[in-house]
Amino acid sequence: MTRMAATRDGYGQALLDLADNPKVVVLEADLGKSTKSLHFRKAHPERTVSCGIGEQNMLLVGAGMAASGYIPFASTFAIFTERAFEQMRNGVARPNLAVHLCGSHGGTHTGTDGSSAQSIEDLAVFRTLPNVVVMHPCDDVSTRALTMQLADTNSPSYMRTARNKTPVMYDDAAEGTIQIGKGVQLKEGTDVAIIACGVMVSESIKAAEALAAEGVSAAVIDMHTLKPLDGDLIDSLVSRCGALVTAEDHNVIGGLGSAVAEHLVANTFAPLEMVGVPDRFGESGQADEMLEVMNISSPYIAVAARKAISRK
Amino acid sequence: MSASIAEVEEMARKCRVEIVKMVYRAQAGHPGGSLSEIDLLAALYATRMRVRPDEPKWSDRDRFILSKGHASPGMYAVLAEMGFISHEDLKSYRVLGGVCQGHVDMKWCPGVDFSAGSLGMGLSFGMGCAVAARLDKSDRRAFVMIGDGEMQEGSVWEAAMAAAHHELGNLKVILDRNRIQNDDFCEAQMRMFDIPAKWRSFGWNVKEIDGHNMAEIMDGLDFLEADENSNGPSILIAHTIKGGGISYMENNPAFHGAAPNDEQYKQAMIELGEVEA
Repeated sequence: MTRMAATRDGYGQALLDLADNPKVVVLEADLGKSTKSLHFRKAHPERTVSCGIGEQNMLLVGAGMAASGYIPFASTFAIFTERAFEQMRNGVARPNLAVHLCGSHGGTHTGTDGSSAQSIEDLAVFRTLPNVVVMHPCDDVSTRALTMQLADTNSPSYMRTARNKTPVMYDDAAEGTIQIGKGVQLKEGTDVAIIACGVMVSESIKAAEALAAEGVSAAVIDMHTLKPLDGDLIDSLVSRCGALVTAEDHNVIGGLGSAVAEHLVANTFAPLEMVGVPDRFGESGQADEMLEVMNISSPYIAVAARKAISRK
Repeated sequence: MSASIAEVEEMARKCRVEIVKMVYRAQAGHPGGSLSEIDLLAALYATRMRVRPDEPKWSDRDRFILSKGHASPGMYAVLAEMGFISHEDLKSYRVLGGVCQGHVDMKWCPGVDFSAGSLGMGLSFGMGCAVAARLDKSDRRAFVMIGDGEMQEGSVWEAAMAAAHHELGNLKVILDRNRIQNDDFCEAQMRMFDIPAKWRSFGWNVKEIDGHNMAEIMDGLDFLEADENSNGPSILIAHTIKGGGISYMENNPAFHGAAPNDEQYKQAMIELGEVEA
């Protein structure tokens, strides 16, 4: 039985584990219970700064603390990080201050709150900022590993986590193989490579299993880091498989698919099919229903894979 | 720390000369807000700031955040007077590769603690510096200068509320109340009603002064530093004159962001006592 877990729980656990470093501080905007920074707050209230419902202030309090030698981890819902975009741009990214921003409840997968809460553009907007690392891990194990590594980077970052539980892809022993900026091949394949992030990684595994039943060999990649993108891995997938699919719970404009396409056109060529939210807003629905509504669940990934192969 | 009032006034006069020269050379920039803030900045740096110009990144220095970062000529002039940068560096204002970027920038200029230029951000950054100082159990302070038009940014009030909630007695704000913003007088753009009452109601210690009267400025800085005001954040509301010190710029919205021409430049140098009439 596959273990189910939410990426936000991996984030919360990592913050607790990072607390041995006295420079690590946590910033909250009244959503610590949801983003899971609450565990750190309970254990270390003196190193937790409540910013109320004020995301713009939170980002720059983090910048001031980073400039004073601290390692701030600030979190809120993915959608509300966008409210502080210019603070992230001018006050964090531009002076290259290592503030680590986590947006939980990202994507349409967040479900019944509806379209106002379903961030489908966060990865795109933060990817446009120089100096900023952008990540969207797929399970609690990798989220914990990547969050732990952030404390040792000197760059600001944006990480999207998700509210709902999804199948866990890594066992705890695999943590050492997960590194910022390095995609992970979860399944070998030779006909097509499915490059996915976040909740779409487990959907891609399902699609690959369905394709295998039809005799199609599909590789599946967990591309948890969108920026810096693992271009070497993409190049090797192009030479091995000759066709690519990207899968993301994010607008097809500007996210993982765009990042892979940008790399492809500048370096090599292979047909690419992009599975993502088709440039439209969501609505209230269960997580699995939303993946259907947006045409991004595993059957759609399998269709895209066959189409990519046919374009070789 | 021991500069006399006369010495600080002379420092401010020299800074005014440099402000006009910088903007005249660049034929761009923001003289109005630089001239309104300059007596306050000169007094703050000459008599209060615990900084080391030969070690600008000294970790336990007081921080100064010019949130109205477009009024950079005023800050650059003071940094040159203090020895963080040279007077020759002032010629790099708005010039490619220069330490004196259009808006103050911590990555480019020694002595600059915050990369500003977008209004409504400096107070939050200063709050972060103040929280960090408290965690470090350091007595260093964070001084932040904001503008009056800037208070129209909602994020200023997010920070004002949060700083009072966290009782940050080491956070000290100076408001350059020069009554003019980019397009027009503040009163025409967005009335702000009772500014001292607003800050008091947010939980701040508040004092008002004439921001061009050096004796009052010293009293005001004493207020910011006073032990009895260490219970929470404090703000010094300094009533100033936009373009103060240059007759044709004073209270003239046209000189928020415009450079003097040749004739105006000569007149400014005469008014500042640099050349004979």
